[in-house]
Amino acid sequence: MTQQTVAAPRSGGDPSAPVLEVTDLHVTFPNDRGPDVKAVRGIGYAVRRGEVLGIVGESGSGKSVSSLAVMGLLPESAETTGSVRLYGEEILGLGDRELSKIRGKTVSMVFQDPLSALTPVYTIGDQIAEAVRIHTDASKERAAARAVELLDLVGIPYAAQRAKAFPHEFSGGMRQRAMIAMAIANDPDLIICDEPTTALDVTIQAQVLEVLKTAQRETGAAIVMITHDMGVVAGFADRVMVMYAGRAVEVGQVDDIYYRPRMPYTMGLLGSIPRLDEGAEGPGHTALVPIEGTPPSLSALQPGCPFAPRCPLAIDACRAEEPAAEPVGRTGHLSACIRSGEIEEHGWSPQDVYPLPAIPEAPAAHVPREQRETVLQVEGLIKHHPLMKGAVFKRRIGSVYAVDGIDLDIREGETLGLVGESGCGKTTTLMEILELSRPQRGKVVVLGKDTATMTQRDRTSLRRDLQVVFQDPMAALDPRFTVADILSEPLRTHGYPAGAVHDRVRELLELVGLEPGHAARYPQDFSGGQRQRIGIARALALQPRLIVLDEPVSALDVSIQAGVINLLDELRGRLSLSYLFVAHDLSVVRHIADRVAVMYLGRIAEIGTVDAVYGAPSHPYTQALLSAIPLPDPHKERERRRIILRGDLPSPADPPSGCRFRTRCQKFLILNEEEQKECVQREPQILPLRGPAEDHGAACHYAERVEVI
Amino acid sequence: MTMPGEQLEEEVGRDELGTGTTGESPVRAAGGSSRLSLVLRRFRGSPQSLVGLVLLLGLFLLAFVGPYLAPYSYLDKDFTAFLEPPSPQHWFGTTPVGQDVFAITLRGMQKSLVVGLLVALISTTVAGIVGAFAGYFLGWTDRGLMWLADLLLVLPAFLIIAIVSPLFRGNTWLLFVVLLAAFLWMVTAKIVRGMTISLKEREYVQAARFMGVSAPKIIFRHILPNLSSLLIVDATINVSAAILAETALSYFGFGVQPPDISLGTLISQGQTSAVTYPWLFFFAVGLLIITVLAVNLVGDGLRDALDPRARSRRAN
Repeated sequence: MTQQTVAAPRSGGDPSAPVLEVTDLHVTFPNDRGPDVKAVRGIGYAVRRGEVLGIVGESGSGKSVSSLAVMGLLPESAETTGSVRLYGEEILGLGDRELSKIRGKTVSMVFQDPLSALTPVYTIGDQIAEAVRIHTDASKERAAARAVELLDLVGIPYAAQRAKAFPHEFSGGMRQRAMIAMAIANDPDLIICDEPTTALDVTIQAQVLEVLKTAQRETGAAIVMITHDMGVVAGFADRVMVMYAGRAVEVGQVDDIYYRPRMPYTMGLLGSIPRLDEGAEGPGHTALVPIEGTPPSLSALQPGCPFAPRCPLAIDACRAEEPAAEPVGRTGHLSACIRSGEIEEHGWSPQDVYPLPAIPEAPAAHVPREQRETVLQVEGLIKHHPLMKGAVFKRRIGSVYAVDGIDLDIREGETLGLVGESGCGKTTTLMEILELSRPQRGKVVVLGKDTATMTQRDRTSLRRDLQVVFQDPMAALDPRFTVADILSEPLRTHGYPAGAVHDRVRELLELVGLEPGHAARYPQDFSGGQRQRIGIARALALQPRLIVLDEPVSALDVSIQAGVINLLDELRGRLSLSYLFVAHDLSVVRHIADRVAVMYLGRIAEIGTVDAVYGAPSHPYTQALLSAIPLPDPHKERERRRIILRGDLPSPADPPSGCRFRTRCQKFLILNEEEQKECVQREPQILPLRGPAEDHGAACHYAERVEVI
Repeated sequence: MTMPGEQLEEEVGRDELGTGTTGESPVRAAGGSSRLSLVLRRFRGSPQSLVGLVLLLGLFLLAFVGPYLAPYSYLDKDFTAFLEPPSPQHWFGTTPVGQDVFAITLRGMQKSLVVGLLVALISTTVAGIVGAFAGYFLGWTDRGLMWLADLLLVLPAFLIIAIVSPLFRGNTWLLFVVLLAAFLWMVTAKIVRGMTISLKEREYVQAARFMGVSAPKIIFRHILPNLSSLLIVDATINVSAAILAETALSYFGFGVQPPDISLGTLISQGQTSAVTYPWLFFFAVGLLIITVLAVNLVGDGLRDALDPRARSRRAN
């Protein structure tokens, strides 16, 4: 097998012939200490030139393994069977040497983590030039020039200079763009993207997706897009394949999958996503569709449909045999469910199929906001980290303006969402509040007590009422503690009667929907969602009044995330809690929060009620942020006009003068010189937009309401 | 080599999980006692650690009960037998001056076992506490403690002990143990400090802090248990290090002084005749090796029992 035979059909072949055809692909990882792990169990798909196939699924569904198998990148121990044909030529089972001729030439891949995919000791330009030179006989100079050209194509400013930079000098988004540049260097016919934007912030994600679209336009390549984000696929893919437990459970045109899902898992997945474009109808809004249970273990699959244990429509026949993918509805739409026909006939929506939990309303919700007690008040909070230099005699050479003067308040029974991209200072803000110590400048008042004047005793007793839930449910639980130990720690610390601890632990586990009998287990015996429930139970142990949630659902899969969000929603109503909800996912915040504060570079850009801010964002940053979030709705996605921000977040050690956002602001560009001067010289304060009557303010000199969703 | 043992341990681990779903688990659902019993059960479930424990207990029994069973005491000299090989009369043979090798070896082992275990225990405890406090509080606590550690590191330990030991002559050997331990903890303390600094940033430590748990409690409840693998491995290494240090010191006439005997003095005396009169050398060396091996087995078992992740980590 030579390169020619593989590449030959490119010129003369039938344009509608598939570039890549995968049939009945199986991947098994042998395990000598137990049953083998069947990661992929017979999937098949085909992609044609210019087509985008989205493969979606939760972690462990086999979506990445299948693409690695296609590229021949799995470890030797993996057993791969089936067929992978590139232009009709079988490539599965080819040796590394033959595959190397294809990889990067006909097929290329973009990985999730752009830092580990680039070699740290070579410059970006050299690495791209290397990719060019491996497959062509271009001269060194020619390859270097091509590298610069490619970097320019993927939108790296000053490409010629930046090509000489090393990977660590690039930001995450720029690295991913460099990866894309490398992937399209040889004009491939197929690009496989494995979660290309998962590690990136939304505004950067929007930039990268835009670059991928450009790349596809330039090369006409087929793209296989692997992701867990239903939103990314909606606007990008032509066809979608949904994977569950190593199999494709539903395949179809993107519209069929999103508007007419016929497999209960797909329906659940779509229903479990909090929607950015659907506002809450007051407090006491609708719950998300939770999918009960957890995905099955791929080493111990039960006979029958693997989704049956979690499926609300499961009948006895489902457990007898694993259903094959059968055509349903329109052509090309396949669904692996024996009840697809029934779903089609009745036209059931996810809300019809899945039982929705009732979310009780908070008692405080009926009291006007002004009359409710303020549980947290932050005024002009400042936290600057010193930037030190020197080994022996350290001297301060500057400051990182992590939090630079923010004001916010939370009333009883209210949820304030604090959103922003990574590095905007939201976690620092949260830590400053949790420390309960005197801030560098400004004021933090928790439940009417000022942290600056508090005694140590006050502080300890106040910790009862202020609790925290962390992002990573594994790291937040001591691996050496059993669940009972974890939950009783706060109780013992605050002198809960020893005899009552045991009962309280059981009560807490029940409260968060876990089996009280599991108290003797260790955290690692639980799944991610269950661990997060344990973390929530611990926070609730002392019946706090304010809970600070640091990205509580961002480490979880969507179907699990929905259950945890519903739980948080329910607990708030039942126990009259107030939440400070820190997140980067604006859809989740829209679903759960009453008010939202958008942070940018240590300051709040816009604050107000969720409906006001999401409905008519006034700060250009909020507008860009909201427009960057992909919606799980193909029609809306295609019609939307994205505001693509330029560049990356400036360093918080050296924020721009005047308005911090002006270096990336889309509005700044269309202002005249006189108006721009104002932005450069004067820092905007948060001003109420429509008088004090409405709870909505933005820190922009030229704030103007725009609908972006 | 260790496969069967590990498999057995895994099965035991699965058993534990199994009980979670049966009816009996809620009875012992909460409280610290269940955790201790869980650790004990895991420890018992691993055959190699049981072997180690039995070996160690056997060695102690041999060292402290053995002398009462032997026909000769370590002070006796049999003038009818010089340099005799092992015989029913003298089980381990005799020395050039007619001492019973069995008796003196046991006597030496008593000292070595106690010195080794005590030194390891003291130095590892000190290392853990100093390192964890320095790493947790940082600032002046850290500077003070690390200055002390650095000072002890640059001092020539051997010379100091050699100079100081005559002052202790005639005093209790416990002072010697303390002195040995004082020079063994610094490197571990520095490792513990570094690991504490990173552990401190872990969310469960932060969670405890924001819960209002006091700093010493956090150190003893969250930080040190999570370093237990390191500390236990360190302690087992320190046992052998202490026995060897004592050997070396005794060889030069410091440390354990005649007429007192330790495995170290025996080995140093016997090494010249290791080939010609092997019983003078190999019984002492053999017991030293068995001691260190037993301590290591127990240490491995303890580490796995204390660390609930050990099972899953090895399964991967």
